[in-house]
Amino acid sequence: MAGLNKVVHSYEEALKGLSNNMTVMVGGFGLCGIPEGLISHMVKTGVTGLTAISNNAGVDDFGLGLLLKSRQIDTMIASYVGENATFEQQMLSGELNVILTPQGTLAEKIRAGGAGIPAFFTATGYGTPIAEGKETREIDGRHYVLEPSLTADFALIRAWKADTMGNLVFRKTAANFNPMMATAGKITVVEAEHIVEPGELDPDHIHTPGIYVNRVIQGTFEKRIEQRTVKPAEA
Amino acid sequence: MALSRDQLAQRVAAELKDGFYVNLGIGIPTLVANYIPKGIDVMLQSENGLLGMGEFPTEETIDADLINAGKQTVTAVDGASFFSSAESFAMIRGGHVDLTVLGAFEVDEQGSIASWMIPGKLIKGMGGAMDLVAGADNIIVTMMHADKRGNSKLLAKCELPLTGFGCIKRVLTDLAFMEIKDGAFHLLERAPGVSVEEIVDKTAGKLVVPEHVPEMNL
Repeated sequence: MAGLNKVVHSYEEALKGLSNNMTVMVGGFGLCGIPEGLISHMVKTGVTGLTAISNNAGVDDFGLGLLLKSRQIDTMIASYVGENATFEQQMLSGELNVILTPQGTLAEKIRAGGAGIPAFFTATGYGTPIAEGKETREIDGRHYVLEPSLTADFALIRAWKADTMGNLVFRKTAANFNPMMATAGKITVVEAEHIVEPGELDPDHIHTPGIYVNRVIQGTFEKRIEQRTVKPAEA
Repeated sequence: MALSRDQLAQRVAAELKDGFYVNLGIGIPTLVANYIPKGIDVMLQSENGLLGMGEFPTEETIDADLINAGKQTVTAVDGASFFSSAESFAMIRGGHVDLTVLGAFEVDEQGSIASWMIPGKLIKGMGGAMDLVAGADNIIVTMMHADKRGNSKLLAKCELPLTGFGCIKRVLTDLAFMEIKDGAFHLLERAPGVSVEEIVDKTAGKLVVPEHVPEMNL
């Protein structure tokens, strides 16, 4: 069993092997479902020249925004820049290389990468700047763009529950990019809210089977809310 | 009178049909949720991984793990489901969403749309908009007819980088509801009190005006 016990007890162990110029996928949508502790530790390691793949780049002082601020990211592959002034400013100044990718194409590139599919055709982005320089093809009268898939040296994932073998369950919209990214990392590291023993998760309810996961660490989360919206209390 | 943001949302809501799965973009489209006609069932899709988006939570029920595509905290209705971003865009790209409503900077007479960047000025990123316009057949774009200086946003050809090419068939502005076909805008309805002349004046692209243009029912 020890060989399948993936629990590590320090962030140093969790990110062992992460080095300069690597490609890192980071789960989350905005600040929802991000591996907070793993991101903070990446800042501490001081690794630079990273290519980061994540839907957003956090906000200026939380999430991936921290790694932008410390200039550890060279290239960012994302679908949305808004809500992070550092990101926008580093992109406009040319300091940061940004590959803006449509959100659905980004999700599918990662899914395909994890599933061993090197590229796929999609209608998304045809006739737009996104398709420039890419192969296109007409299939049954519609135009499609060939999009190469994505994999990464590390995938950093946030899960709600993980068992020690790396089987994962996500919670609500904190799943987002995490399930696909878990399949596309050479080393997939999961920061979990709860770690349980094998057998405690119902096999019918596991979102990500443990085969994709290399390391599991118990996290603590601030779970910062980006847009706190509530309805007025009932009178 | 030009339509207010809420009136735009109200007019779009009249296009909802019982049993529709609907994706609402950020901004004015989000307001459509407030005007869903009584007596019909509609499920709202949020591309970050939620089908069955409900209203905003209370202070007691707020949950950092439950947000919409605009990153606002929301709730989930009975019958809702959660899923990954890949699954979410399979729904969108696969044409399973019945109606998509989104905003734009410019739309042109060929049905192309620009909504994600203004070179040298503003880059928001396209988020899910490129996938939404490529995947949906039934799209309504909500936008202002002209900018603050009176320059038309309904053009012969979009000037800004495109979000999608030749994919928009219906546009609702603060002045008019239009269909795009055969390389032209076709005026269907005008906002209450807005003259056909004003719409013609503020439309840079080719506009086909029928003999009778009814006022919108709000």
